[in-house]
Amino acid sequence: MNRFKVLIYAMLVISTRLLSLMPVLFGTSLVSFLLIRLVPGDPALALLGLEADEAAITAFREKLSLDQPLAAQYFTWLGNVLSGDFGRSIQGGREVFPLLIGALGPTALLSVAALVISLAIAVPAGIVAATRRNSAADYSASFLALCGLSMPSFWLGILLILAFSIWFPVFPSSGYVSPLTSPSEFLRHLVLPALTLGAALAAATMRMTRATMLEVLRSDYVRTARAKGLAGRMVVMRHALPNAQIPIITLIGIQIGQLLGGVVITETVFSWPGIGKIAVDAIFARDYPVVQGAVLLTATLFVLINFITDLIYTLVDPRVRVS
Amino acid sequence: MLTKLAADRRSATGLLFVGLAVLMALAAPLIATHDPNRPDFVATLAAPSLDHVFGTDDLGRDTFSRVVYGAQASILVGVLSVAAAFVFGTILGLVAGFFGRWIDALIMRVMDVIFAFPSILLALAITAVLGPSLTNAVLAIAIVNLPVFARIARAQTLIVARLDFVEAGRAIGATTPRLLFRTILPNILTPVIVQGSLLFASAIITESYLSFLGLGVQPPTPTWGNMLRNAIGFLDLAPWLACFPGLAIFLVVLGFNVLGDGLRDKLDPRDASPG
Repeated sequence: MNRFKVLIYAMLVISTRLLSLMPVLFGTSLVSFLLIRLVPGDPALALLGLEADEAAITAFREKLSLDQPLAAQYFTWLGNVLSGDFGRSIQGGREVFPLLIGALGPTALLSVAALVISLAIAVPAGIVAATRRNSAADYSASFLALCGLSMPSFWLGILLILAFSIWFPVFPSSGYVSPLTSPSEFLRHLVLPALTLGAALAAATMRMTRATMLEVLRSDYVRTARAKGLAGRMVVMRHALPNAQIPIITLIGIQIGQLLGGVVITETVFSWPGIGKIAVDAIFARDYPVVQGAVLLTATLFVLINFITDLIYTLVDPRVRVS
Repeated sequence: MLTKLAADRRSATGLLFVGLAVLMALAAPLIATHDPNRPDFVATLAAPSLDHVFGTDDLGRDTFSRVVYGAQASILVGVLSVAAAFVFGTILGLVAGFFGRWIDALIMRVMDVIFAFPSILLALAITAVLGPSLTNAVLAIAIVNLPVFARIARAQTLIVARLDFVEAGRAIGATTPRLLFRTILPNILTPVIVQGSLLFASAIITESYLSFLGLGVQPPTPTWGNMLRNAIGFLDLAPWLACFPGLAIFLVVLGFNVLGDGLRDKLDPRDASPG
């Protein structure tokens, strides 16, 4: 019975929070829709390209209700989008939705690799910096984190290419090989972009881990654990770290969202065929259906990732759950 | 405040880097050794030397002079975009927090929507649609930063508007604009200013991203971002082209980050980073 109540409660929380997402999702769709209307000139020409013939333009106007008021146009467009019809790319005429879904794979692989790298560097460094406060290790870790935050990711990417592709040619400077085709080649192509993307994330996570650990290490229960005679490592791993994880998880959630922005630059520098590179290529080709689709899909994913983060820390922190 | 910041060694370093960048931007014609846009086809891709301390690019233009002039675009876009986001975001947050109800709901939902986009992607989409230029880069960066100021200003307004001195102002018949801008605004500014100082760094990075992708200030006007974009094609022949503009961005952003941290510690000690 108790378990049943918990299940009902969890479903209630999830559905309430899902409902609260609706206005934001509505807003993101509205912004994506209006984006094309901001392009100077005829939206039909913007979406079909200047070389489209008159018959195609007329058919397109009817399909998108361009002779109707703006509100009617929006709902027609939204109906199409919800049924997976994001329009066709001006370059090559491919359907936009499958094009973007196909690019999500490389973006997801790059994002996961960057996240793993950032966590592997940042969490141990943050713990060491906090437990050995004001030591050389603390100063070095804090200085490196500040440098990581201040370094534009594309510059780090360029320096890595310079070092590991040109001076010491260990890794390729650009391109992508599917992990299904050749796992080893995939990993070789992944190293530099994942390091580039992971470094900035590591900097922010390290600072947050250090700050949270310092706060937790000052708390009464940690003092009590020490007074009981527990070893320093046990105090950190069993008492301090579990209580420091809420802000860290929140930050990681925010960072996964930010990865969706960060990949735009990294994918461009390393010619990684993900959603960011497709969006940038589309911007230069004035391929507005692809730009619109990429913006809408990325924003929707961003909102959903933040929602999932919200749910995860509800599960992790009993205080949030109770409140 | 500047004296207080200069007394702290860390903030003083930040102040030094930012001060140098501002000086480069303001006194570029005096500091630059060459015309940043004048090509010299005899000295293309020349390595750093006494005549060209940072070397030259593929058109023989002096990289040092271009780095010096590049500070103008970065600082200008950074200052203007943060200032615009600060003014409009603070006013929106103030109005939302003060009036509450549907005005609050409407303003904050719009801010939520802007916040729902990854900032780089939104800035890219805005400049892509409006066209690449300095004005549109400022507009794009200001728009993506708007919700940060609005949220902080609203939260502070909600607290301050309940305090006795605001009630007293109402009781003596102060008009709404007077209450908003003379009574509440000065009392909510500290955390908003602290946030603003931290946003300079991200505004300069976003400007460099836009320029790097070709959507910011357009060549031949030098920006650190468009110089790096150009450098990618010559990494094996002229690696110095990629080093100096990147180093300039890094040092200025580092300066703003350190200065922002110092300002936060001085103005808002509750939020201070545990050192």
